[in-house]
Amino acid sequence: MSEKEVDEVSGTQTTGHEWDGIKELDTPMPRWWLGILYATIVWAIGYWIVYPAWPGISSYSHGVLNHSQRDEVTANVAALKAARAGREQELAKASLADIQKDPDLLQFAMAEGKAAFGDNCVPCHGSGGQGARGYPNLNDDVWLWGGKLTDIEHTIDVGVRSTSADTRQSQMPAFGRDGVLKPEQIDDLAAYVVHLSGRPADPRAVRRATPLFSDNCAGCHGAAGKGDRKFGAPNLTDNEWEYGSAYEDIHDQIWNGHGGVMPTWAGRLSPAEIKALAVYVHNLGGGE
Amino acid sequence: MSVHTVIENGQRARMAADGVARSDAVATNSAANRKLFKSRVPIHPKEAQGQYRSFKWAMMAFTLTIYYVTPWLRWDRGVTAPNQAVLVDLAHERFYFFFIEIWPQEVYYITGLLILSAVALFLVNALFGRLWCGYSCPQTVWTDLFIWVETKIEGDRNARIRLAAAPWTAGKVLKRVSKHSIWLIFAVATGGAWVFYYNDAPTLLHQLLTGTAGLGNYAAVAGLTFTTYALGGLMREQVCTYMCPWPRIQAAMTDIEALSVTYRRDRGEPRGAHKKGDSWEGRGSCIDCNQCVAVCPMGIDIRDGAQLECINCGLCIDACDDVMHRIGQPPRLIAYDTEANVLRRQAGQAARYRFVRPRTILYGAVLVVVAAIMLLTLTFRHTLDLDVIRDRNPGYVQLADGAVRNAYTLKLMNRSDQARDLRLSVSGIKAREIKVIGDGEIKTSVLLPVDADKVRTLRVLVTVAQPDLAGSRGLVFVLADKTGKESRAASAVFVPGAGR
Repeated sequence: MSEKEVDEVSGTQTTGHEWDGIKELDTPMPRWWLGILYATIVWAIGYWIVYPAWPGISSYSHGVLNHSQRDEVTANVAALKAARAGREQELAKASLADIQKDPDLLQFAMAEGKAAFGDNCVPCHGSGGQGARGYPNLNDDVWLWGGKLTDIEHTIDVGVRSTSADTRQSQMPAFGRDGVLKPEQIDDLAAYVVHLSGRPADPRAVRRATPLFSDNCAGCHGAAGKGDRKFGAPNLTDNEWEYGSAYEDIHDQIWNGHGGVMPTWAGRLSPAEIKALAVYVHNLGGGE
Repeated sequence: MSVHTVIENGQRARMAADGVARSDAVATNSAANRKLFKSRVPIHPKEAQGQYRSFKWAMMAFTLTIYYVTPWLRWDRGVTAPNQAVLVDLAHERFYFFFIEIWPQEVYYITGLLILSAVALFLVNALFGRLWCGYSCPQTVWTDLFIWVETKIEGDRNARIRLAAAPWTAGKVLKRVSKHSIWLIFAVATGGAWVFYYNDAPTLLHQLLTGTAGLGNYAAVAGLTFTTYALGGLMREQVCTYMCPWPRIQAAMTDIEALSVTYRRDRGEPRGAHKKGDSWEGRGSCIDCNQCVAVCPMGIDIRDGAQLECINCGLCIDACDDVMHRIGQPPRLIAYDTEANVLRRQAGQAARYRFVRPRTILYGAVLVVVAAIMLLTLTFRHTLDLDVIRDRNPGYVQLADGAVRNAYTLKLMNRSDQARDLRLSVSGIKAREIKVIGDGEIKTSVLLPVDADKVRTLRVLVTVAQPDLAGSRGLVFVLADKTGKESRAASAVFVPGAGR
């Protein structure tokens, strides 16, 4: 572009580019727009000085404020803990029964328990504690190891088949996989368990399995199949089935003897948190 | 004084009539000067004097007084609620307006209020034109205030034009600095007043002055200081013309029967300068003195007809009336009138005002209906409320013996200023057990204390035995004041489990 050319109609300079007689106007940017652009550049320079901005080889420029979001979060968490400390101590000292009686403390325990449940328990037990196949439902009135507040607290504390020395321990044998019983005996036993829960089953199979049940199952599940919390042995006569209620599910469980692991939370969670969790789970509705 | 010796703006000015100098003011939006890209033409409105100017001063005082004084009014609500008459309490999620206290659940009152305001705006617009723009819109009120400050410091129109063109002497710097400083003081006061609506005003004022108020308050003051200064001081009429949607909406909603500031061209045209002694026969009353343009804060020429820039403030009426008086002509060459009347007079008919038109009837009816609904709901407003939220996860709980339990979260709302014992009962279902977590079993009903002005959240478990499941689909929670004067019911679904 050699010469400046001004468009007659608009009075604005053109860029000198021409397409079939149409010329492009070189309309200047609005001044307010340019003003904002320059202001942001000035702002950016100020930002470099004040805040962390430039990456280095092993570190970065810290800025005069020495600001760090990580420090901020740490400080906020510490402040939150400090603010909660009083209540936390109260919770740690109070007996579980006392917590149930004190509405304020109960509310605090429920809130803390809900948060801890969301962080730690939800992956297995579900967001509402509704459980899944192999993971007990915490809402109902069926408890393998007891549904009193102290039972629940102890279970959370030591876990089930966990690494803790005091763990709650039980093991359903894998009667089929380990060759303890013959396949046809397991077929009969599965029918027997279906019969126990009040559903129709082949009477001949049930008759054949009766002595088998006494010999192999009654030790833990009881002669009537009502279960025993000492061994964490489930009641086989009710409507609740951890591994499924169908004949095939029951057969599979006798054959393989599934048994999940609940970790010990002692050491990972504070005693107050475990207490809060126990209160929360108890109040899901099934607590005894 | 001869025609050619009057000096205005350092130039020789023509006389429009004996004793009336012609202003060289030109409408900033005149069709003749319009370009593809238009940079702003500075407007230096001349100070008008007359009825409308006085009314505008009065409205400015009135609206600013409301704005500045309201947060300082007190209203006794007892010990459980703040005593500020108008308060938006964000922290506690309450809005107080004298005798009304609105909870977030009742935000529809705000919606109703906004609908009322909009319809009222439409109605006033259909009847009297843009009165809102002219006299009560914060933008024009603050612009007017800032122009008043400008006039006090830099002088009236001609002095300001001279000052703008003058080189930067110490005197000009002093005037400009003091003008902007005073603008900023008003701007700070404006932003400062705003935050008082959200906090206890006396406490916050003390905190603001001692530097102990929250950062949000300072940020709000700073932000509103900036917008007040920029919109009222620097941008002025551009806000109305380019930023505000109302002129465009209004242009679509107005009709020729709506009153608005109108140049009566039937009487004014043909316009032209008038010499003393000349006859008024065969010519219009407009002597083309441009005083209406000089006083216009929007910088327009009302004689170009109705236009979206016009805020209907009527200052041109004052200016024109003054001129008409001086040349011995009847006033109101520019007046609140309708386009229809101009046409009628041009056709030789008598002017008439049609306030009752389909659109005014419609707006009026909508206004009355909405206002009546609001009044009714406010009058019969409950101070007690119950929300029931059924647990969705798990949707139902199967118990060992085949019974099914559903869980509900109940919110008991006590909107009164007294702590109350509320009686909760359940009906409509044959339940084996109804349990309130923390409060034991509900036999027939349970008494639950709820603090004044508070919500109490409960978890309620409802268990239905297996034989009764088939008929159990829903239930009703009933919450009643212990005295039995007020009660609220909320129904909820009961899920009897899978396969039923």
